[in-house]
Amino acid sequence: MKTKEEVYQILSKVTDPEIPVLTLEDLGVIRDIRVISDDEVNIKITPTYSGCPATDVMADDIRAALFVAGFSKIKIEQVISPAWTTDWLSPKGKEKLNKYGIAPPVAAVSLEEAIVECPHCGSKNTQVISAFGSTACKALFQCHDCLEPFDYFKCHV
Amino acid sequence: MLFEYILQLADNQLILAQRLSELCGHGPALEQDIAITNISLDLIGQSRLLFQYAGKLDEQHRNEDQLAFLRPEKEYRNLLLVEQPNRDFAHVVLRQYLFDEFNFLNYSGLTNSKDEELAAIATKSLMEVKYHLRFSKNWVLRLGDGTAISHRKMQDALNNLWMYAGEMFEKTAIERDLVKAGIAVDVEQLMPTWKESVMSTLKEATLNIPEGGWYQSGGKKGVHSEHLGHLLAEMQFMQRAYPNLTW
Repeated sequence: MKTKEEVYQILSKVTDPEIPVLTLEDLGVIRDIRVISDDEVNIKITPTYSGCPATDVMADDIRAALFVAGFSKIKIEQVISPAWTTDWLSPKGKEKLNKYGIAPPVAAVSLEEAIVECPHCGSKNTQVISAFGSTACKALFQCHDCLEPFDYFKCHV
Repeated sequence: MLFEYILQLADNQLILAQRLSELCGHGPALEQDIAITNISLDLIGQSRLLFQYAGKLDEQHRNEDQLAFLRPEKEYRNLLLVEQPNRDFAHVVLRQYLFDEFNFLNYSGLTNSKDEELAAIATKSLMEVKYHLRFSKNWVLRLGDGTAISHRKMQDALNNLWMYAGEMFEKTAIERDLVKAGIAVDVEQLMPTWKESVMSTLKEATLNIPEGGWYQSGGKKGVHSEHLGHLLAEMQFMQRAYPNLTW
């Protein structure tokens, strides 16, 4: 029978369908793993934003990964308490976001007050353009130095 | 009883989400189009959490899709306010603002509900609603205290929508019992706080409350304006035409 740690290793390789550089481990959405037998496992995951369509895809991807690993009875339960916040993003995840061109979340102040570093040139001379972006978790910023627009992963607490 | 209360909460989020989704690809500017559809998506997500919970309590064992898409008009318990049409952007942001202020207070209260699942849904939803409120409030201020044209359009929107606002604070018999049990929020008690916040925003936005007050209600009892039927016809089409359809 696989150990909980081994299952965790399988799950941690599954990635976010909308931000493929982030794994489920980086996102901090895996809540609980219970290995029942050689082919049966129960997983608890938490959604990020309640309407995020990626959550359903993540559950499908988890199912597929576990199936390939030999499990046939896979139960995936969604838990919403305690509610996910961007504090659960791993430091490694934040680093990956930055390299991917998405500025990671900074302290919980308004978007106008937040000092967000441009992921392209590192300048702090940036400004919010739109509080809402291409996905529920992002806002749109622009850098006044390199003039490039960029996505900012909103602080969600 | 709890089932009906949850449906009432879910219907508000769903119907407003459906209204907002009509603007997908039709927003006044790209950023606003994206903002409105993002808010719509959050509200759909929140309604799903509620419908899933309601489904567990339903004596007829309906799932979230059946509850959302297959009830007749008179079984929807949403407020008249949220079903009002998107006449222009002023109506969209003002409707959103009046509801967001209420949604914020209502969810805040529900985080202390004795029903743990409801409290969990409220805690999660509240994080998103705070963000919506910031958006809608900013637009009310910017357009109300903006140009002569934007001011006029906002005042028209307020004149048209204000009559529906009072329904948010009407307590049903079911709510009365659930308030006693520590499960539901007493909406009557939210009114003074709501009014204080809204009045202060409207004053700053140089908008005037219309005379005549609050006089339209019925949505919470299933008596809707003519607009809901049209909305449902579009929203329910796929499930009616292709029963049990999934993506």
